[in-house]
Amino acid sequence: MIEIKELQKKFGKFEVLKNINLSCKKGECIALIGPNGCGKTTLIKSVLGMVLPDSGTIHFNGNSVLGEYLYREKIGYMPQIGRYPDNMTIGQIIEMIKKIRNSSDDLDEDLLHAFELEKMFDKQMRTLSGGTTQKVSAVLAFLFNPDVLILDEPTAGLDPLAAEVLKEKIIKEKEKGKLILITSHLLSELDDLITEIIFMQEGKVHFHQKVEELKTTTGEEKISKAIAKILKNKQNEPNH
Amino acid sequence: MKYFLIIFLLFSLSLKATTIHVGKKHAIKSVKRGITLAKAGDTLIVHGGWYKEGNIIIDKKIVFLGKDLPVLDGEKKHEVLSIHADSVVVDGFKVIRSAYATITDPCGIKVYNKSHVLIQNNVLDDNFFGIYLQNSQNCIIKNNTLKAYGKEEQKLGNGIHCWKSKDILIIANRIDGHRDGIYFEFVTNSVIWRNIANNNIRYGLHFMFSNDDAYITNVFKNNGAGVAVMFTKNVKMFNNYFEENWGDSAYGLLLKEISDSYIFNNRFARNTSGIYMEGTSRIKVEKNSFESNGWGMKIQASCMENEIVNNNFLKNTFDISTNGSLVLNTFNANYWDKYEGYDLDKDGMGDVPYHPLSLFAVLTENTPSAMLLYRSFMITLLDKSEKVLPSITPDNFVDNKPLMKSLPL
Amino acid sequence: MNRIIKIILSDIIRNKIVLAYTLILSILSWSSFALEDNSSKGLLTILNVILFTVPLVSILFATIYLYNSAEFIELLLSQPIKRRKIWLSLFFGLSTAMVFAFFIGAGIPLLVNSPDSIGFMMLLNGCLISVIFVALAFLSSILTRDKAKGIGLAIMIWLYFALLFDGMVLFLLFQLAEYPIENMMVGITAFSPIDLARIQILLHLDVSAMMGYTGAIFKDFFGTSVGLIVSFVLLSLWAIIPFFISMRKFNKKDL
Repeated sequence: MIEIKELQKKFGKFEVLKNINLSCKKGECIALIGPNGCGKTTLIKSVLGMVLPDSGTIHFNGNSVLGEYLYREKIGYMPQIGRYPDNMTIGQIIEMIKKIRNSSDDLDEDLLHAFELEKMFDKQMRTLSGGTTQKVSAVLAFLFNPDVLILDEPTAGLDPLAAEVLKEKIIKEKEKGKLILITSHLLSELDDLITEIIFMQEGKVHFHQKVEELKTTTGEEKISKAIAKILKNKQNEPNH
Repeated sequence: MKYFLIIFLLFSLSLKATTIHVGKKHAIKSVKRGITLAKAGDTLIVHGGWYKEGNIIIDKKIVFLGKDLPVLDGEKKHEVLSIHADSVVVDGFKVIRSAYATITDPCGIKVYNKSHVLIQNNVLDDNFFGIYLQNSQNCIIKNNTLKAYGKEEQKLGNGIHCWKSKDILIIANRIDGHRDGIYFEFVTNSVIWRNIANNNIRYGLHFMFSNDDAYITNVFKNNGAGVAVMFTKNVKMFNNYFEENWGDSAYGLLLKEISDSYIFNNRFARNTSGIYMEGTSRIKVEKNSFESNGWGMKIQASCMENEIVNNNFLKNTFDISTNGSLVLNTFNANYWDKYEGYDLDKDGMGDVPYHPLSLFAVLTENTPSAMLLYRSFMITLLDKSEKVLPSITPDNFVDNKPLMKSLPL
Repeated sequence: MNRIIKIILSDIIRNKIVLAYTLILSILSWSSFALEDNSSKGLLTILNVILFTVPLVSILFATIYLYNSAEFIELLLSQPIKRRKIWLSLFFGLSTAMVFAFFIGAGIPLLVNSPDSIGFMMLLNGCLISVIFVALAFLSSILTRDKAKGIGLAIMIWLYFALLFDGMVLFLLFQLAEYPIENMMVGITAFSPIDLARIQILLHLDVSAMMGYTGAIFKDFFGTSVGLIVSFVLLSLWAIIPFFISMRKFNKKDL
């Protein structure tokens, strides 16, 4: 569904993405993990067309995304820190996005009800807590039934209850056969969702494996431990 | 007894005088023939028609009357009507197409060294000079309409031209498209009243060496310059309108080398310069309105002892401008719409003196292309600071008692 | 596009600064017209507003608004909308808002008190200046990511056109006073939109002075219909070129 080839990006002299090659398929729930500043968000933004790569290609459903915009109809994006125009209310934001999308498809308002946002429809964005803002972002990401969901740190800032609600929703969507891309550094949260892991470090893809494979090769039950083990092995490698 | 005598005399005169008719339907077909037949005191009535008889000379005291506006055509070869007798009346003709010559100055109607001639209700069209009084006295020119069509100054004569005459009355004429609308040279003790001079190439009214005259309630609009008064003294200028006299060196009123005159209750509107003064002295400018001119008054440094009192200066780009720093004229109790002072003692006069000369007016006088920057924020700042601390503009160029309210003029 | 413009417009119109700007303009205009029995003071006030306030408010407000809507732009970018469309919509939204504010605040009193060529010319130029400085704001906000720097740049641009440029021209004028530089001066005005607008208004406001020798040079060029068209084309270019450059940069910008 998403094919990334030899993607490179520099911010000034700083190389953020170094020759990234990735392939993401339908029905998978992929965790994109890595330390802070390893280029996760930049990679996501490149897929969304918000960051323009210096070289390399990104194909979505077989078509290059460069200079395109209609493919974004099929993507639901939940940013790391959802920033919205201050003096608009929740209701207005949702209404606005609906208008912009102008979509005739059925709207998926599950999260809207689950988070009970309707009660706060006329609250202005600037008065909201970080958690509530995240809820709004989540609602917007799922609203149009997109084929691909890109969630940047979805549970950060959410209270446990809301995080649980969101998780269930993600599982539900995954079962519908959608591609879900999640970045997070809290691995424990993702244990029961994900099917694949992409680990990034210093702008490179360290590894891209199925969770099952990962677990069997490392012999660990917990993903976090499995990853830790791999990292240790890799660090030791140069010494050999 | 006296009156009786006069009436008797008039009666006996009218008995003697006869009336001669000239026209297609009358026995006498030619104007010239009619004049030959007429005796002094007779009335010659010319009926409507087109008369091409070259130069018509009136050499006796007759009443020369046009009925239904007969046309006297000079065919661009002749002076049309020449008057060589006293007390002639010319009334109701259309005089057209006089010749063009630079030495003899052929005219529509010309009076040669005579007096008490009355020229009225005529239409003069496309003549070189219109009406010309040469060395004449006690003449009246009234209700005539003059029009010419040239584009160049050299090819055009003046509308009403008076030379070396005195006691002339010029009333209610309309002059359009001549070189000068009305021209006075060595003319004294005369009055110009209720005339309209528009669209003349040079001046609406032009005075040279003509003392002790007055012009009252005239309109001068859209001429090369409205009125030029030069080398003259003791002229009274009342109630005139000077409007839209626009151009490179165009003025509502140009004063050059004149003295002891009085400019009262005139209106100067939308001229490039309202009044331009050069070598002018002892003139009083009182109760005039200067409105929407480029320059209200341009007073050259050669002017002295002039008084500018009780005038309104409204919406002019520059109220006053000058070319030097010497100020020998006085300004008093004028209304300036650019004045920003206050009146705490409520006497109707501003408590702070007003400096009507702006820095920028001085700048443009020296560097004309600086006009490009006029009204820019930069210039406004400079002007404001100059008003507070005069450094370039002469600080005695001042109205000490500026009015707070405009005068009802 | 219309949907986005509508959204942006409704957001700007609710903005208190725009409301205050409109209100201040209208108080200033109405009161200066009411103060005197002739319209000259009012016209001069509005002229200064056009040459000074309108550029300042337009460029500052638009720059700040652009920085503040970085989130909004990001939000829109994650939606299926062309980049070009987003930037254009922002431009149209902001320009319309500033033109509206000027029209309601200063334009209406202008048309009521001076319904002639002067009033019309001022209105037209005020609207154009609003748009031009919004376009310059787009340029200054795209040139740097830092909000403080961007606002600083906007103020510098304004200061340059409102004051420094004229100062330089004045300096040049007196340095070269001995030479026939009139034609060159006419050319130089093309480099400042404020000057172009000012001269257009001057030709109507100070028509009598412009008919004279000093103004004749400018009257001969700007007063003709060719000059009129040329200067309006130039003014339009002043809006189009900065915006076009900013658009190209925006298309390549990483958010």
